[in-house]
Amino acid sequence: MNDKLILGGHEFNSRFILGSGKYSLKLIEAAVRYAGAEIITLAVRRANTAESENILDYIPDGVTLLPNTSGARNADEAVRIARLARELGCGEFVKIEIMRDTKYLLPDNAETVKATEILAKEGFVVMPYMYPDLNAARDLVNAGAASVMPLASPIGSNKGLSTKDFIQILIDEIDLPIIVDAGIGRPSQACEAMEMGAAAVMSNTALATAGDLPAMAEAFRQAVEAGRKAYLSGLGRVLTRGASPSDSLTGFLHD
Amino acid sequence: MNNNYFVDSGKLSESALKRKHELETNPSVRTNHMEYMNGMEKISSDIYDKVISQMQEYDYNKYTVSDVRRALAHDTCTVEDFKALLSPVAEPFLEEMAEKARLETQKHFGNTVYLFTPLYIANYCENYCVYCGFNCYNDIRRMKLTMEQIEHEMQIIAQSGMEEILILTGESRAKSGVEYIGEACKLARKYFRLVGIEIYPVNTDEYKYLHKCGVDYVTVFQETYDSERYEQLHLLGHKRVFPYRFEAQERALMGGMRGIACSALLGLSDFRKDALASALHVYYLQRKYPHAEISLSCPRLRPIINNDEINPLDVHEKQLCQILCAYRIFLPFCNITVSSRESESFRNGIVKICATKVSAGVSTGIGDHESKYTGKENDSAEGDEQFEINDSRSLDKMYSDMSDEGLQPVLNDYLYV
Repeated sequence: MNDKLILGGHEFNSRFILGSGKYSLKLIEAAVRYAGAEIITLAVRRANTAESENILDYIPDGVTLLPNTSGARNADEAVRIARLARELGCGEFVKIEIMRDTKYLLPDNAETVKATEILAKEGFVVMPYMYPDLNAARDLVNAGAASVMPLASPIGSNKGLSTKDFIQILIDEIDLPIIVDAGIGRPSQACEAMEMGAAAVMSNTALATAGDLPAMAEAFRQAVEAGRKAYLSGLGRVLTRGASPSDSLTGFLHD
Repeated sequence: MNNNYFVDSGKLSESALKRKHELETNPSVRTNHMEYMNGMEKISSDIYDKVISQMQEYDYNKYTVSDVRRALAHDTCTVEDFKALLSPVAEPFLEEMAEKARLETQKHFGNTVYLFTPLYIANYCENYCVYCGFNCYNDIRRMKLTMEQIEHEMQIIAQSGMEEILILTGESRAKSGVEYIGEACKLARKYFRLVGIEIYPVNTDEYKYLHKCGVDYVTVFQETYDSERYEQLHLLGHKRVFPYRFEAQERALMGGMRGIACSALLGLSDFRKDALASALHVYYLQRKYPHAEISLSCPRLRPIINNDEINPLDVHEKQLCQILCAYRIFLPFCNITVSSRESESFRNGIVKICATKVSAGVSTGIGDHESKYTGKENDSAEGDEQFEINDSRSLDKMYSDMSDEGLQPVLNDYLYV
């Protein structure tokens, strides 16, 4: 079956995007391999470092870099960081992260729309991280985004799909890949997002805080694949309470 | 229990000695520490009252074991929970606190630890702060580096691989003015990815100027949040003005700085109250300036030149660990810096629980990086240290030690935008 994730005209087989910022550089290679990941994010601010111990040196060849704009507090700063990423040789993909709150790190949707519009025009494959709001998601589509990345719950919280109903609305209404990002703490939660019809899942802290990072990476790969397969197979009906009546309520109607 | 802070230098003139003794023994000759001096900007802020009133009301003996258990069970740590975690009754729960703190640290920082180094460029000081090696009555070798010397120091530090620097001075506007510091910061931007300062508090427009020179982080230690105790320890100079110092971080943020750090110097006063006030200070700053990056330090008193008896009294490592775990649980997103005042073993342990930043390759002296880093004899003069450090590991050693502890050392996580 040909089931590719397509982002800005690029095709990917894996639907698990790996974060890189919270664990040892030496573990990146194993994480990529066990997760089967083809895309890995990296903070431009972390990559902007001296020759020794540069995170870029630890990312295996053939993996697509998804530089993020973490540290940006508004659209203007995000645009500048994205341009710097391109100069650093990080490619044309960019994940927009704009936060003006250091406590919860919640994305600023309005500024994100602005930055998306500017960067899409400059030819970036723009993947905006956002709070799952349908109107903002539509604005992102119009601004030229290549995907929409709603948060599942606060970043780093490992709480899973707290915003499930709103992500479902985005999946149902938006004609771009919806990639669930932030807050996914377990493979089962990743699987659930994929069953809902998410195009991909991204995770960082869940792996970083695992006892055995490569094993957890593999578990996520399997969960994402299982969820995707379940979604494509068409999930069966799930009864929420009791059994359904054997006799139809409208059986008395004759003509 | 108290430190004996008063040391007389044989080199002081008779009149200087007389003045010193007067300041030490007769409060009436000292200026009003609550009154702003000429040129000190007064901002209107509600943070001061919030912090000081809660600190004054804090009765840590009223908390019970069940308060601590409740605090540990809560997903979100309230101010009341934090007060319970800082109380003496929480001490037997240290291991549980550490476990919870470690979880919070991992959620927000993964297993990373940031490394930085301080650079002292001058040690002239106009203040008489009785516990400090730089105080104006202490007989030490004074020095102010020229721009050439500063650049030389920076080159040596940069060669070691360090990418974040904290520039410090003694508190003398006359000897090390804002412009002098600004020029040093411009130089620092040539060699480092991130520049912070720990200098005397200045006005908003001066912070704005320093920000333009390349500074993005401002550290000011309040030393103690107990105003009466503060008055007894800071006997002379502009540092005497308690509220002006308190408002420094807010002025820095108003001046466009990206981040600030606060702390009390533990051991000067009631450490539980000071720890509470330090955390509330950053807590209210972050609520008012949500974009601000915030950081807490936790310095304890150390011996100084001419007074090697100074110590942090009742703040032992166990108490320090309790404070730091409580900080982490209350402020999960806050950076916590543990300086070279603490021992190698303490720092190795605490980074696995809650600290996110440690210094390496540290000297608190002036112009001595070449001799300290390379062992090469220095032909030019060196200025004396502010205090005795405890952990003298180089960047390389710290990097490999942190890696061995299972942590990822990070030299830079920053971009000027």
